[in-house]
Formats: sequence, C-alpha cells, structure tokens
Amino acid sequence: MFRRLPVPLALVAALALTAPASAQVSDGVVRVGVLADMAGVYADTSGQGSIEAAHMAIEDFGTTAAGAPIEVVYADHQNKADIAATKAREWLEVDGVDVLVDIITSSVALAVQEVARQAHKPALFSGPATSRLTDADCSPVGIHWAYDTYSLAVGTGRAVVREGGDSWYFLTVDYAFGHSLEADTIRVVEAEGGSVLGTVRTPFPTADFSSFLLQAQASGAKIIGLANAGQDSVNSVKQAKEFGITEMGQKLAGLLVFFSDAHALGAEVAQGLMLTAGFYWDMDEGTRAFAKRFIERVGAMPTMVHAGVYSSTLHYLRAVEAAGSDETDAVLAKMKEIPIDDFFAKNGYIRADGRMVHDMFLFRVKTPEQSTGEWDLYELLRVIPGDEAFRPLSESACPLLGD
Amino acid sequence: MTEILGVPLQVLLGQLLIGLINGSFYAVLSLGLAVIFGLLRIINFAHGAQYMLGAFAAWMGFSYLGIGYWAALFLAPLVVGLTGIVIERTMLRRLYKFDHLYGLLLTFGLALVIEGLFSNFYGVSGKSYAVPELLKGGVNLGFMFLPVYRGWVVIASLTVCLTTWFIIERTKLGSYLRAGTENPQLVQAFGVNLPLMITLTYGFGAALAAFAGVLAAPIYQVAPLMGTNLIIVVFAVVVIGGMGSILGAVLTGFGLGLVEGLTKVFYPEASNTVIFVIMALVLLFKPAGLFGREA
Amino acid sequence: MRDFMLKLGEPRILWPLLFALLIAAPFAFYPVFLMKLLCFALFACAFNLLVGYAGLLSFGHAAFLGTAGYMTGYLVKVQNLPPELGLLAGTAAAALLGYAFGALAIRRRGIYFAMITLALAQMVYFICLQIPQTGGEDGLQAVPRGTLFGFIDLADNLTMYYVVLAIFVSGFLIIYRTIHSPFGQVLKAIRENEPRALSLGYNTDRYKLLAFVLSAALSGLAGATKTLVLQLSSLSDVDWHMSGEVMLMTLLGGMGTVVGPVLGAALVVTLQNYLAGVGGYVTVIIGAIFVVCVLLFRRGFAGELARLLRPGR
Repeated sequence: MFRRLPVPLALVAALALTAPASAQVSDGVVRVGVLADMAGVYADTSGQGSIEAAHMAIEDFGTTAAGAPIEVVYADHQNKADIAATKAREWLEVDGVDVLVDIITSSVALAVQEVARQAHKPALFSGPATSRLTDADCSPVGIHWAYDTYSLAVGTGRAVVREGGDSWYFLTVDYAFGHSLEADTIRVVEAEGGSVLGTVRTPFPTADFSSFLLQAQASGAKIIGLANAGQDSVNSVKQAKEFGITEMGQKLAGLLVFFSDAHALGAEVAQGLMLTAGFYWDMDEGTRAFAKRFIERVGAMPTMVHAGVYSSTLHYLRAVEAAGSDETDAVLAKMKEIPIDDFFAKNGYIRADGRMVHDMFLFRVKTPEQSTGEWDLYELLRVIPGDEAFRPLSESACPLLGD
Repeated sequence: MTEILGVPLQVLLGQLLIGLINGSFYAVLSLGLAVIFGLLRIINFAHGAQYMLGAFAAWMGFSYLGIGYWAALFLAPLVVGLTGIVIERTMLRRLYKFDHLYGLLLTFGLALVIEGLFSNFYGVSGKSYAVPELLKGGVNLGFMFLPVYRGWVVIASLTVCLTTWFIIERTKLGSYLRAGTENPQLVQAFGVNLPLMITLTYGFGAALAAFAGVLAAPIYQVAPLMGTNLIIVVFAVVVIGGMGSILGAVLTGFGLGLVEGLTKVFYPEASNTVIFVIMALVLLFKPAGLFGREA
Repeated sequence: MRDFMLKLGEPRILWPLLFALLIAAPFAFYPVFLMKLLCFALFACAFNLLVGYAGLLSFGHAAFLGTAGYMTGYLVKVQNLPPELGLLAGTAAAALLGYAFGALAIRRRGIYFAMITLALAQMVYFICLQIPQTGGEDGLQAVPRGTLFGFIDLADNLTMYYVVLAIFVSGFLIIYRTIHSPFGQVLKAIRENEPRALSLGYNTDRYKLLAFVLSAALSGLAGATKTLVLQLSSLSDVDWHMSGEVMLMTLLGGMGTVVGPVLGAALVVTLQNYLAGVGGYVTVIIGAIFVVCVLLFRRGFAGELARLLRPGR
C-alpha cells in the first residue's frame, strides 16, 4: 500500500495496523472526525455546534483514551455527497481518523456509510434522517444514533391520531426523504384508524407554500402534515399562520422540525405545532446542565443533533477505553456491550442493524403566554419508549440480520 | 360547486390570486434586471444578492436602529442602490470594453461573496421580520382568506413597475438612456453625462431588487440564501419577456406567477421547472423573446 | 530565470515533464483527490473547447457531466455492466444529449444561446430529480468500480489512478488535436468573425454543432469516470452551480489556452477540498477569487504566465 510521505510515519502506521489489536491505538492518537454542514441550510442544526459538542464530550471524558490523546478534526461537507465522500475517504484511509460523527443530510450520510464500510471504521450518525441507514443500506460499522424518519413518523403520527387528529393532508417535499417520511406516517396513521384525505408534492426547495396550504385547507383535513424539513418547514409554518389556517381550526404536525427551526419561528408563529424529537434542552437536570454549557460556547441552545454528537462521541471514547484500543471490531463490540449512560440516550442500546434505540418525545410548541423566554418553546406531551419508536427488527430489510 | 378539470372553482380562483401575488415579486425583480440589461447590457448575476440585501437592510434597520417598515421601503433600496453605484464605478466600469461574459462572471462572483459573508455572520436559518401593524390580518374573500399584506404587495409592485416603465419609456431621462445604449458617442457629444447615467441606472436596478426584498421580508424568512434560486427564474422571466423590453419583463413576471400557480394545482412537482420549459419554447420560436426588439 | 522558464516552456521539455509529474503524483498526494482533480480538469478542457475556441458560452454543461455519471453509475451498479462498457455508455449518452441541446441552441447566439442551454439543463435536472433510477436527492450510491477489461481490478486506488490518468490523457489529446487541426482553425475563425466565415462558404452551424457534441461527449467522459472514482453520482452534478464552477475553472486557468483549464480545475478542486476545514468561508473565497480574476487576470493563470514570458505574443 502506498501512503503519503514522509515514509517513517507510513512505516509506523503500517506497523501499528499489524500489531495485536488490543494493545495499540493506531498512530497513537484517537481522532474524532466531525463531518458537518457549516454554512448551508443545516448550519444552525449542525455546524459549529456539532464541533463544540464533540469537544465537550472529550472534555467530560478525560484527556486520554486507552492511553492515547484525543483529537478532533472537522470539515464542512457543504451538503454535497461527493465532497463528503472524498473527505471521509481521505480521513479514514490516510489521516488516521478513527471515527466519524454528525454526518447530517441523508444523501451525504448514505455516501459516507459506504466509505466507512469499505474503510472498516465506525460512523456514528446523529444528523441525517434517512432510515435507510439501518434498513437496506445498513452496515456493520454504521450506527444511527439520533432520530430517523421512521421514529418521527411513528412518534408524531401515532400520537396525533390518538389525540383526535384522524384526518390528514400532507405537504410533502418532493424527494426521497419527503416521500419516505410521508409513507411511514401514512402507514402509522391508517394503522391507528385515521384517514388520509390527500397529499401534494412540493418541489425542493420552495419559498412560497401559500398555494399548497390553500389546497390543504380546501381538503378539510383536521391535520396538515408537513413532510419536509429545514427552511421548507419554517416557511410552511409561517405561511400557515399568515393565511389564518390554524386560526380556522386545522392543526399542523411538523414531521421533522429541529429546535433551531422552532426558535427561528418563535412562539407567536409556531404555537400549537406538534413535533417529535429525541432531545430538548429543558427536560431534566442533565439536559439543562449540558444546554447551559453549550449556549455559553455556541450562543444557541443545542438541537438533538448536537446532543447526539455529544452522546455518540462520549460513548465511543468509553468503548475505546474499555477495549484498550481503537481497533474497529473491538470498539464496536464494547459499544454494544456497555450501556449508554448520558442525558441524551434514555434507555439506550445499540441493535444488530446499527440502530441506537432510545426514547423519543412528542412535543408541542408553547403559546406566547406559556413561554417564559426566547428558548422556552416546547411542552412535553408524551414519552415514546424506544422499542415503540423505531422500526422493529422484524420489518427491517437489513442484510446483516441474516435469515 | 363547479369544477374545472377536477379542481373546484373556488380553489382555482384562490390559486390564481396567489399566483398573481407571486407574480408581483417576479415582476419587480425582473424589472430591475431588465433595466440593467436592456439599458446597460450588463448581465447582473448579483441581483439575487441585492434582493437579499434589501430584506436584510430592512431587518437590520429594525433590529439595530428601530426603523420601521414604511421607512425601510425607501431607505433599504437607497442603501443598496448606493452599494450598486459603488460596484459599478469601481468594478463593472472596467469591463465594458470586453465581452458581456465578464460582467456576468464578476457579478456572479460578487453574489457568492455577499451571500457567503451574510451566511457566516447571520446564520443560514434566517431572521424573522414582522408584518407592519397597518397591514396585519386578512380579508375573507369567500373563496379564500387573503392576508392584507399580500394584497399590498400586488399594489406596491404594480405601482413601482408602472412608474419605472413610465420613466424609461415616456420621459426625456429615459430617452437619453435608451439612446445611450444605441449610440453612446453621439449622446455624449450632445453633452449628456452618459457614464453618470449608467452608474445611476445600475444603482436604480439594484434598488429595485432591494425594494422587492423589503416587500418579501415579512412573508419569507430573511435568509442569506433567499436570492440564490430565485435569480435563475428571474433571468428566465427576463429572457422570455425579451431582454430589451421593460414591459415584457413586467408582463412576463405576472404571467409566470399565474402559470406557476396553475402548475402547482395540476402538477405541483414541476412548478419549479415549468418556467424553463416555457423559456426553451419561446426562444425556439421567438428568439428575441415575446416583446423583444432584436434577434 | 526568464530564460530558464522559457526553456522549460518548450514543448519537448514541458510535456514529458508534466507527464512525469503526473505519473509520480500519487506517491505524494492522496490518489482519490488527484483522480477527482483529473476528472474536473477534463471537464474544464472540454468546456474550454467550446467557450475558448468556438466562442460559445454554455450555461448548462453540468447536464452532460451529470447525465453521463448517472448513466454509467446505473448501468454498472444495477445492470452489472463492466466498467469499460459503462464508461462508453455514459459518454455516448452525453454525446446524444449534446446533439439534442446543440441542435436546439445553435440557432441563437450570445446570451440567448447561453440561456437556452441553461433552460435545457434545468429540465435535465428536473428529470434526474424525479426518475427513481437516479435515487433523487439521495443520489446513486455504492457504485462498484468493477474490473476493467476483465482483469484490472479498479478497487485499488493506485490502479484506478493510472486508468483515470490514461482516460484524461486520451481526452486531452483529442482536444489538443482538434484545436490544432483544420477543424479547429475554422472554429477559431467562426469565433472571431462568424459572418466572414459564412461568406467564405463554411457551414458554420455544422461546425458549431460538432464542437458542441465533442465538448459534451468529453464532459460526459469526465462525469462517467468521476462516478466510478467516487462511487457515487448525485444531483450536485447536474445543478447549475456546477455549470458555474466549470466556468470559473476555465476562466481562472485561462480561456482559449491549452493547459489553462487544467490549472484552473486544479486550483478550484484543491481549494474546495482543503478549505473544507476552514468552515463557512469556502464560497466567499471562491467568489472573491472570481472577482479578482475577472478584474485583473482575465487571461487566467496560463494566459498571464504566457504573456509574462513572451511579451511580444
């Protein structure tokens, strides 16, 4: 194999790889690679916050793991699958990066899943939504840490129908993510006895949803399901308020709304919006402590992506320490063995298909009267236990599960 | 309830009205672009960024200086117009003797810089800008609930478009400009300060973009990337209307809004693309655009 | 110093030197990065053939890069075609698309020509977004590299690099021969003064169309190769920003020069890759370079360098 100059480093690296697995950390440093969107549409959901979250996890863990110092490197994949794939490949094959975290954006995540599989290094996904990562595209080294489209659909869909929202109309962003979110939610809604009165596909991206919202209004459905994300969610919620749709009785269910989006909208506009998330800063002492430190460093409250990056990095380091090395199979075995113990993964464990199962939560955005401050936006409606939230193994098409 | 092609008439009317409202934005934006291209032969790729600057100027004026919406409608275009003047004098001016391509590339680069800088400083999610008190609320028209603000957008756009058209096509100032594009030496020989007029025209075009931005601020999030995807649509509008024609740009802008509105009802996935299909068709059969003057 | 540079610039020294550098490069730099660079360099050279030599500015060249990429990716991944046939199919698809675009766009000139190509490219984008075979926003992932001609295993990065280098050199040679052939001379004549070329009896439309198809085919080859290298094909390959990027590469390197686009591509790809760690300033820096280039270095690196060394030229 050929490596970059200088040669001595290459020799050391080669030796390290051939040495007995349990005794060494490859090239003497445990390197965590944060692949985030720093300046694009998800910069506030991921971005600088993810890098800080990784740093915080390392600070909380300690300066060394298995005797080696810990380093963080980061890169902006600009939501482009080929930039992410090239960078990930270079990191894993040449630069001695041992694990990848965050990896927001579904198309990027799928590309990195493949790269990590080939390089046989762990990839811990906190950012992306696509449930394909633990379904047909599952990998022995890929772990889907935070939310996914399935759990969002189940969480919001099931809970909303049970609260009385039994007729739905969907605004679906017209690409794979939107379609699968819509499909997963429809399945849940119909299983609970609800009905779907119609769907409209919105091109990606769209600034003006007025036309689609009018169609939703004309349908008479009790619930308007927003199968979109990011700027699209924000715009559709804002315009629904503008056109008096919520005042006239229909409710909005945001199928993927990040805390950063809710904050951008504010309580006045977003009040009453129901959504599912894996984390909220104001749930208990643990989350509040994390949030307080986070906001001092970043200037905003953490989203579930940030919390996921913290949690996955911390758990990874614990596994490295327990395994005594950063060799992939040993570390992954430890990760699945050791219980996940932090403020994020309530009742968390890692399944054979790479899915990290943990509790999810149904929230509703507070009214301005209820909200005591800029960041006080969510009220908890329901806890969705992990085993109920994620796709059961029996329904999974993951080849690793073996038949 | 009467139905047309499976869609209730009520819904259709609502969609057409919304289409008209969206068309107003396209009209004002393409007006600015048409002015700049039609009179100066500059392909202003920074137009989307100038639209964004207008929205941000309104937001910044409110957040930092307490300047309200109505003042912003005048001040934001002024400020952005001034930046346009600076751009023209320091950079664009040097490129007139070269191929139009360079003007395009320069403004493209400027757009990247401006949008990138704002993305870094203000984040990508965007900022909220409130609808002014006077225009809050809505009117129930029977077939739909029309927010008052959106109605205002149509009125404001029409006013600006008609005023601009009048200035350029019916006043002496406008005739100097139009003459200047056809025969600069002759016009200058008559003592008209053409370089100054060109500079001011570019500034005016930028100001128009900013005006559209202020109009947009209360409806769409004020975000650094709000102009990026809009710009090629607006270019398409100008090309369809005919690049030398102010009237063409305005009419096409409103027309596109209507066509898009209808597409959103019958084939929503294609609503982003329908403009390009139309553009290709128009260019094949009427190469100078619908109202264009030269081939 | 100047004499040394001039000596270096002589064809019989420069070309072998560059070739030797390219052969040795993967031992000093990361091969996947170099391969990506070579693909974009070919893309930029193909674009330059059209804009720098034929004088036709196309806004939609990404359509050729991406379509070929998707075609190759799909055939290799889903239909299990061997890589050489996949590459051929991708290139052919791009050439056909180029013929379609060209036939429609050639009738117009200048900005109208550019806008038609943009419109057609946007339609291609829409199709790529909608049809299931491309995977939409997720993209076409996990494209296998396969075994070339049945015995060359492309999974190894170093082997793949030399294959890509061979493809690049072939493409580059085709362009080089085209530029220096009688056909190329006619193209230049058309660029300088089309009415005159017409009056001399040349069927200018046919020449322009042929140049267009050639440019599209080679862009397609670049795209198909890139898909095999990175093992994925995504919507960013057919996005209009990609068309803007190749314009930047060509401008930076020097429009109408032979080596210019290669330099330009090298610069832009390197910047994007290594600035990824700087956080959000990538677009700002690229935009700033654009601006500076247009104002001061219109001839691009290669052009300015040539002018410095040969002031009389």
